[in-house]
Amino acid sequence: MAVEVQIPTILRTYTDGAKTVTGSGDTLAALVAELDSHHPGIGERLVDGAELRKFVNVYLNDEDVRFLDGLDTSVADGDVVTILPAVAGG
Amino acid sequence: MRYESLLASVGHTPLVGLPALSPTPEVRLWAKLEDRNPTGSVKDRPALAMIEAAEAAGILVPGATIMEPTSGNTGISLAMASKLKGYKLICVMPENTSAERTQLLKMWGAEVIYSDAAGGSNEAVRVAKVLAQENPSYVMLYQYGNPANALSHYYGTGPELLEDLPEITHFVAGLGTTGTLMGVGRFLRERIPDISIVAAEPRYGELVYGLRNLDEGFVPELYDESVLTTRYSVGPRDAVRRTRELLEKEGIFAGISTGAILHAALGMAAKAVKAGERADIAFIVADGGWKYLSTGAYEGTLEEAEARLDGQLWA
Repeated sequence: MAVEVQIPTILRTYTDGAKTVTGSGDTLAALVAELDSHHPGIGERLVDGAELRKFVNVYLNDEDVRFLDGLDTSVADGDVVTILPAVAGG
Repeated sequence: MRYESLLASVGHTPLVGLPALSPTPEVRLWAKLEDRNPTGSVKDRPALAMIEAAEAAGILVPGATIMEPTSGNTGISLAMASKLKGYKLICVMPENTSAERTQLLKMWGAEVIYSDAAGGSNEAVRVAKVLAQENPSYVMLYQYGNPANALSHYYGTGPELLEDLPEITHFVAGLGTTGTLMGVGRFLRERIPDISIVAAEPRYGELVYGLRNLDEGFVPELYDESVLTTRYSVGPRDAVRRTRELLEKEGIFAGISTGAILHAALGMAAKAVKAGERADIAFIVADGGWKYLSTGAYEGTLEEAEARLDGQLWA
């Protein structure tokens, strides 16, 4: 299964500068673990214990995964996962 | 309708049906025209409410200086109210905002201090907090954590929506300070427990997310995840496409953030149609398109518009 993962500027030190990488896994947690095996260190920047880090937002096909099943959210072939730091508006 | 003054006329905005964009007679879209407020945006509500709360608390006294981090609309609303009430206003605004925002702020007498484009509003908040420490006499209303922001929607926008649309099933608004969604969301959920409260969050170009480290991320103190049903990230291409569609099909000339909100609202509408459920989906038209003409978002192809908006704080 191939899932497209969009990497924010701030985490591209882990992906040799790549803006998007592909990964696989049945759930977001498995996807992050797989990403970390190819890009060591990135997992720890995204996840703290069993939760996403506070200032990290992850979207599955543009929907915030915190309103799906968090790290247990199912991912499938063709999905797009976008990782972004939390920013202010207003 | 008659009001004692311009400030007294804030709110009471029309809710209009969108017959051309509504997919079926059972699944209907409604636009709350917040651009009809005195300075042309939804921010007149929280700005006035925050000033009045600070006055009531004795924090804001005649001749005081208000200082606020803002990407524009809140600052413009504060500038108008400050002029009428006799306060001085200093806005800390990211430099990558439209030229019209600066022009309007200065027109209403505000001083503008620019923060770096990289980091967007996060950087404006950081600079404003430093300024507040250095100048203890400044009154920072701090829209991201001021309960009066959300309360202006709890007591204003929310009840207006319920009165005009008692059958409402979905409320969709933009996520910035989170004040609109928190205030309206809480009010409606208390009365209609199974209502969907949906956030549309603008997704900017990379420059705006150019933080030095993830710990510089920012979640407004007002934000309470439990109020929302879901939250969508909407990029500039979808936002511009929907902004144009709203003008083309319904004649409404809205700002770009409204396009992002409409995109999420149409997504909800499509889900309801697919599920065979009735839906009355109300969303916020945050402001008109006037302030964004110089960005080029209303001309040329979607690709050209997207390229022009890259790096801009368009919502």
